[in-house]
Amino acid sequence: MSQEQTEQFFRKLSFIRLFESHLLEQFSWGKLSGTTHTCIGQEANAVGITASMGRGDVVFSNHRCHGHYLAFTDDAFGLLAEIMGREEGVCRGWGGSQHLCRDGFYSNGIQGGIVANAVGAALAEKHAETGAVTTVFLGDGTLGEGLVYESMNLAALWSLPVLFVIEHNGYAQSTPTRLQLAGELEARPRAFGIPTLSLASNDADAVHAAVAPLFEQIRAGEGPRCFVSHTYRLGPHSKGDDHRDPAEIEARRTFDPIRLYRTKLPETRATEIEQANQNRLAEIVNRLAESEGS
Amino acid sequence: MKPQERLLVHHINRALTRIMGEDERVLMIGEDLLDPYGGAFKVTKGLSTQFPQRVHTTPISEAAIVGVATGAALRGMRPVCEIMFGDFLGLAFDQILNHATKYPLMYAQEVGCPITIRTPMGGRRGYGPTHSQSLEKFFVGIPGLEVTALHRFQPVEAFYRRAILQRDQPSLIIENKIMYGQEPLDTVARYGDFQVRRHGQDVVDAELSLTDFAHEEVTLITYGGMTDHCLEAARRLLLDEEIASNVLVLGRLSPVQLEATAAACARTGRVLIAEEGTGAWGIGSEWAAQLTDALWGKLKAPIQRVACTAPVLPNSRALEEQVLPSTDTIIQAVQTLMSRT
Repeated sequence: MSQEQTEQFFRKLSFIRLFESHLLEQFSWGKLSGTTHTCIGQEANAVGITASMGRGDVVFSNHRCHGHYLAFTDDAFGLLAEIMGREEGVCRGWGGSQHLCRDGFYSNGIQGGIVANAVGAALAEKHAETGAVTTVFLGDGTLGEGLVYESMNLAALWSLPVLFVIEHNGYAQSTPTRLQLAGELEARPRAFGIPTLSLASNDADAVHAAVAPLFEQIRAGEGPRCFVSHTYRLGPHSKGDDHRDPAEIEARRTFDPIRLYRTKLPETRATEIEQANQNRLAEIVNRLAESEGS
Repeated sequence: MKPQERLLVHHINRALTRIMGEDERVLMIGEDLLDPYGGAFKVTKGLSTQFPQRVHTTPISEAAIVGVATGAALRGMRPVCEIMFGDFLGLAFDQILNHATKYPLMYAQEVGCPITIRTPMGGRRGYGPTHSQSLEKFFVGIPGLEVTALHRFQPVEAFYRRAILQRDQPSLIIENKIMYGQEPLDTVARYGDFQVRRHGQDVVDAELSLTDFAHEEVTLITYGGMTDHCLEAARRLLLDEEIASNVLVLGRLSPVQLEATAAACARTGRVLIAEEGTGAWGIGSEWAAQLTDALWGKLKAPIQRVACTAPVLPNSRALEEQVLPSTDTIIQAVQTLMSRT
């Protein structure tokens, strides 16, 4: 990793955290309506995986999509405006937090269905010979949906350029894995002959190093790959609905991806980047406040 | 022309072949599509030989068929899904409701999702409770989905070309199993003793009359597989009861566009709607509500509806005949209509 890339990773990681913390704060003050699902604790996947993507690549994401969206498009203004229900939003206020679309990024709040859509997108890119990789993000909870397996089956049968990313954060909303997932998680994609790489790390560099070869293999025409990230959601499922043991969450803070990554930079540089992120967010918030009602 | 080449199934096949030949973005996705089998009803026969790269035979995964087509459509392809029996469309319901139709609507941008889903519906072949239904009523309420039903007076190629190449939103095409084996009447100006008029372009409504399109007393409205039963009822009503009627065969079920239909109904003031599926919350329910609104003050009797009378279609052909709407039940409903005037 070059110093520049390390700084870039930290800039993205800390901005996603800042952005989503702002959202939760706004919700707690009643300044945002509806619902939202933050990826607090899982940011290393968004940053580490999208770093392998290039122009023309496609992403399908789920309800917990802000981190993926910000890391892929860097469109913080469009996202915040969208969540605020504003005309300037990326989907003009119609989609909201879970339904975003821009430059090859698509998200949907229904579990499982996007996996088939991602496989279809990969089919289209293969027909058009674009060399694009389609990545679909799903969670361990999504593995309860049958369409996931139909889709993996087709991706393997047709050797499609698609990367399945399973962010295993231990919970399907409030339900722990032991109550909702039988057998071995990694055995699922492997049963379809999809080479599957498993990683238990919230270090964005480690995620990037693990996933980059998968992108190369997919681009080389070797067919689908699956990446399983054993991670943890430090924040609530949505806004405040958290009944987990606080001691369990506290113990996981040691592996907070932002805290982990911050140590890779000199303290002064890390602080500068954090300050720049805060300025950037404040500027977006101000722009939206100024244009409100205009 | 070989006898089988005159049948509607062959005309659909030829239309699909031409459309695939014209545009490389068109994919066929469905179960058992490959030659020599060529699809359960042979609609796609020959396509996999002519376009081996673009005909994708699938596992038994209806949700994935529509889901994959949806993703491919978002990325610029124009996929056509074959759902082997319309009864299996329920397995793909969420993909239609929350994915294919939702993307263009909820992204509020110029995002197209041009998928076409073709599927055969209808009974009278003794296929039993889960292979004979007419389930289109469960799909017509989905915003953003156009539902059309092929009928014999419909020019075939324009109908498919419009859905597959000219629309940017999802289309569901209902084909009727019995109709596959009938000859198309897509250009005729007369059918038996009926005169045929057509309204609309590409998706055509047909209007048939045994008299003069001016002095009928009753309007029979239907679509798809109930057409022949309505025509036979109209013929017998005129011969046996001296009741003149016009028959309207609608091409589009949803979104509802009934202006031309309402004008034809205004002449008679008596309207009957015939559909093969179960009646409650049916196609006829919405049509009747909208026609009542458009025709208020001109209706001489409440709009009558004829539909399947049983909650399940029996396997026995004899029992099936008893519960499906027939020429007899249409005639009885017309008599009710006349008696309530």
